[in-house]
Amino acid sequence: MRLACAGLLAAAAALLASCAAPTRDYQPDALAMMKRDFHARGSAGMDRLNEDSVQAACNKSQDNPPQEVAAKLEKEQFAAIKWPADGKLTGDWKAGERIAQNGRGMAWNDKAGEGGSCYNCHQVGPGESSFGTVGPSLYQFAKKRGYGMDIQRYAYGKIYNAKAYNLCSQMPRFGHVKALTEQQMKDLTALLMDPASPVNQ
Amino acid sequence: MKQALVLGIVAAVAWLPAAAQTADPTAAEFDKFRAIMEQDNPAELFEVKGEELWRARRGPKNASLEQCDLGLGAGVVKGAYAQMPRYFADADRVMDVEARIVHCMMTLQGFKYEELAKQPFSNETRTPEPVSLVTYVAAQSRGMKLASPQNHPKERDAYETGKAIFHYRAGAFDFSCASCHGVDDKRIRTQPLPNFTKPEQAILAVRGWPGYRMTGGLMHTLQWRLNDCYRQQRFPEPGYVSETLSALLTYVTVNANGQVYRGPGIKR
Repeated sequence: MRLACAGLLAAAAALLASCAAPTRDYQPDALAMMKRDFHARGSAGMDRLNEDSVQAACNKSQDNPPQEVAAKLEKEQFAAIKWPADGKLTGDWKAGERIAQNGRGMAWNDKAGEGGSCYNCHQVGPGESSFGTVGPSLYQFAKKRGYGMDIQRYAYGKIYNAKAYNLCSQMPRFGHVKALTEQQMKDLTALLMDPASPVNQ
Repeated sequence: MKQALVLGIVAAVAWLPAAAQTADPTAAEFDKFRAIMEQDNPAELFEVKGEELWRARRGPKNASLEQCDLGLGAGVVKGAYAQMPRYFADADRVMDVEARIVHCMMTLQGFKYEELAKQPFSNETRTPEPVSLVTYVAAQSRGMKLASPQNHPKERDAYETGKAIFHYRAGAFDFSCASCHGVDDKRIRTQPLPNFTKPEQAILAVRGWPGYRMTGGLMHTLQWRLNDCYRQQRFPEPGYVSETLSALLTYVTVNANGQVYRGPGIKR
């Protein structure tokens, strides 16, 4: 809060008189206002305005929770990951590429289990130049890290629930919220892990 | 004609500091294209339409909007947009331009909110009247410095509430506005994401809006932009001209205060 005020001061000296540090937490006001103003639409119900334990810890701390809080919640999130019953973590990388390209899912007019929106934020395969930079590049993911079971588990787990590894990560929890099916997460894991995948060329 | 166009392109490219600074080649190309398009912006058609609508007697009360107070006194349009959002005592809330125009359409002309909110965004068959009116009003602040006031306690509350809304993470994907617009130099696919928490980038939330969007060829306002942000944020839908949206617009506009508004623009 104080930071933006400093920015404000720099931008408009005229505001100096009025720009005092806020005297209270405005999040309750913000949430009450949103609950008054929003309405459910399509697949997005009003329950989506409520924080879960992870969102609450991140909102409360500007994405920088105390170490012990983060460790405890990360452990809980990790424990809730449902690993494939057959023990196999990879599927078809070609199907994975289509899921990575698809930016739909969980918005008003979307169904669950549509896309992973991966290219929105990550460089993935070398054939797609239209990729975002919010997340790190995943090009040569396994080529750089190795093709072993530990890296496979990391890739699958991270797609399932990124918050199990980094509590306030900006990445959605695709398995945790059922935005992707188990098969879709296996296909995405294959896109990152298969030695034949263009990602690892 | 051809000569004029070539001259225009040369002038536009020579004038373009933004494109030169943009590291991303796709974005730089689009900046060039936009600079050329802005010289002949289709938004002007909506500006003219909006002015007609402003003066026309319409609605159940058969009245014009010429007595609408946009913050600088009844009927004063020039410079009003650059000083919004602001607090309006008659409504006892902070309003952005579209919220204020809708308020005037309801109080002066007798339109019903439910009718105006039913389909508030442009589509292939229809450009809602408030969209043209916003374009007209915004154009009358072209070249002026933004000065959204922070004098009234409710204006300061709107700023702080807007800031809290901006940073509030929730929903299916744990997103807030800040997930995309809280850090420097990121992009979604090839679309650069300005960091609206910083004054020098917050202007990009205001500049170019309302805008003629080349995708679909439709005129859109910031009410549409924020609505679509919330769709992509995987939140429920915000109410048209609601206080939440005025608070968010207060937060980003005040962050951009002191910088020049260039008038209705062109959008990708």
